[in-house]
Amino acid sequence: MATTLTTNSIRRPNPRPGTRRMDPRSNSRTFGILCTVTLTLFAIIWLVPLVWAFITSVRPNGEITTSPTSWWSSHFTLAAYRNVIGSTDIGWWYLNSFVISTLTVVLTVVVCSMLGFALSRTRFRGRGGVAALVLAGLMIPGQVLILPQFEEFRATGLLNTYWAIILPAVAAPVGVFVFQAFLSNIPDPLIEAARIDGAGWWKVYAKICMPLCRPAISAVAIFTFVSTWNNLLWPLLVLSNTKQMTIPVGLATVAGGYGIQYAEVMASAVLGLLPLLAVFLLFQRQIVQGIASTGIK
Amino acid sequence: MTTVAPRPTTTAPVEAVPEQLDARKLEHRAGWAFSLPFLILYALFLIGPTIYGLLMSFFNTTTVKGGLGDFVGVENYREALTSPEFWSSMWHTILFTIVSTPFLVLLALAFAIMAERVRRGKWFYRLVFFAPYVVPSASVVLIFTWLYAPQIGLINKAFTLLGFDAPNWSGTQAWAMASVILLTIWWTVGFNFVLYLAGLQDIPADLYEAAAVDGASGWQQIKSITFPLLKRTTALVIVLQLLASLRVFDQIYLLLQGGPNYSTRPVIEYIYDVGFTDFRAGYAAAATMVYFVLLLIVSVGWLLLNRHRADPAETAEAMAVDEPAIAPKSPAINPAREI
Repeated sequence: MATTLTTNSIRRPNPRPGTRRMDPRSNSRTFGILCTVTLTLFAIIWLVPLVWAFITSVRPNGEITTSPTSWWSSHFTLAAYRNVIGSTDIGWWYLNSFVISTLTVVLTVVVCSMLGFALSRTRFRGRGGVAALVLAGLMIPGQVLILPQFEEFRATGLLNTYWAIILPAVAAPVGVFVFQAFLSNIPDPLIEAARIDGAGWWKVYAKICMPLCRPAISAVAIFTFVSTWNNLLWPLLVLSNTKQMTIPVGLATVAGGYGIQYAEVMASAVLGLLPLLAVFLLFQRQIVQGIASTGIK
Repeated sequence: MTTVAPRPTTTAPVEAVPEQLDARKLEHRAGWAFSLPFLILYALFLIGPTIYGLLMSFFNTTTVKGGLGDFVGVENYREALTSPEFWSSMWHTILFTIVSTPFLVLLALAFAIMAERVRRGKWFYRLVFFAPYVVPSASVVLIFTWLYAPQIGLINKAFTLLGFDAPNWSGTQAWAMASVILLTIWWTVGFNFVLYLAGLQDIPADLYEAAAVDGASGWQQIKSITFPLLKRTTALVIVLQLLASLRVFDQIYLLLQGGPNYSTRPVIEYIYDVGFTDFRAGYAAAATMVYFVLLLIVSVGWLLLNRHRADPAETAEAMAVDEPAIAPKSPAINPAREI
């Protein structure tokens, strides 16, 4: 949007001497300050839950009981974290969440980009039908499929395996549309030239198209990762063994277990949110751009 | 969504020499080969289960053993449609959606408009409002349970400081619903905020400059420039929000277990309960289908809206200045956009 700035100097008329018109920008400036102040207040409110959870998690339990809403402590301690890590299978949960999310991301990106490529770059009989079928799938949310999918995985003996979580997530219509939109904007001559030079369709996909759609890959990858990592309902149904649980399921099962040991409760909450918060801080730009460009939810 | 427009062929199709015929056959085969992995998984885990679910809804299938069970016709549907528990859970989902959506849309809009006016440190607000969105529901609920805790919770302390009696958050339906909605606003408003920031980014800066020169105040600029040009973004935000809110489960299930006395139980938890606690899969499938119709209505509305959005006449995109070399046509999918 940089080009818009250059026109400003032309459009802005010279201030006419003698007129007592108020400088319009000062009006705007007061408004700007008002906005900043209000927004900052809200931002502080938004920070409170996370900050307070963190502070509570590093205070000794005895102190929390005597002054629960205090923001400070004279003896900060990591005891609660040691307790949570020592008394739960949280290490396994991290590992499970990580393996499941990573495998889902890799398979989703490959499978969805291949169909996106087929739909946007090749002409084949039945393409319209395939596109319509995928579009129809957008309207079927995973939640309405829990019963038949559960029956399916029980029948195939895949309950309590990683695959029960990974497989249903891979064929994601939204992912296809993101890739399709991106790939259809690669200039035709680029691909035709490659074809004339004797490149096969696989080479066109892998060597020319994929490197060009890095933004689409990162958008789909990050969203698949976050939504797989945070998924609760389906893993809750298909994983019953403590050592196989994912982070959200594991946390949900220990939620009531600590009773009034608030430091432990908050420490487990913080342990649960830490990995994705780190991912978010690292990829903030890509994540925010990804949402803005695709509206994936 | 984007429609696949046939691209003009560079070679004249009239004089199709054998070599080209061969190339076309190859392209046809490649198209299917690239589609196949997705289509297989799609058939196995989406289309198949959808059909099986529809089938189950006409049988007295149980979750304890495999197989469909006995055919019962529309009995499951008759029972679901006349079950007060089913309808009250549907109502809780709808109530949650009706009450939370205006907050989640308007607050996001207000935040985005204010953030647009902030001169420096915009990244800070983006970070703060969006960060909760990546927190797993289980962590969010652990934190909010502690915030809502009677006597010792921070929120109750704030109530006391302001001179109000702290409510019993999990005691009545109204307060329980309020507690879930408050939690949800904190958790997910950042998503809509980011969508709005992107929408604002598409409004050319010189429109504001021109208005400022004409003496329009900040508020006047927002009313006559920002609001009209954000219509399309707002439509997108509302539909996505409706679809997301209608699927509410995690936070209600974890924070309240649908209580007090099932008075906040959303329809997904109802389906979960009848399907996996009462083991009545057939009946649960029928309830799912009724709920699915509700989602379908919203989704179809969304598709119609998209078709409407493709109408170039009223687009602000017409004013967009620089399109990069690789820029999608669809306004909804625009990876090149900077925020």
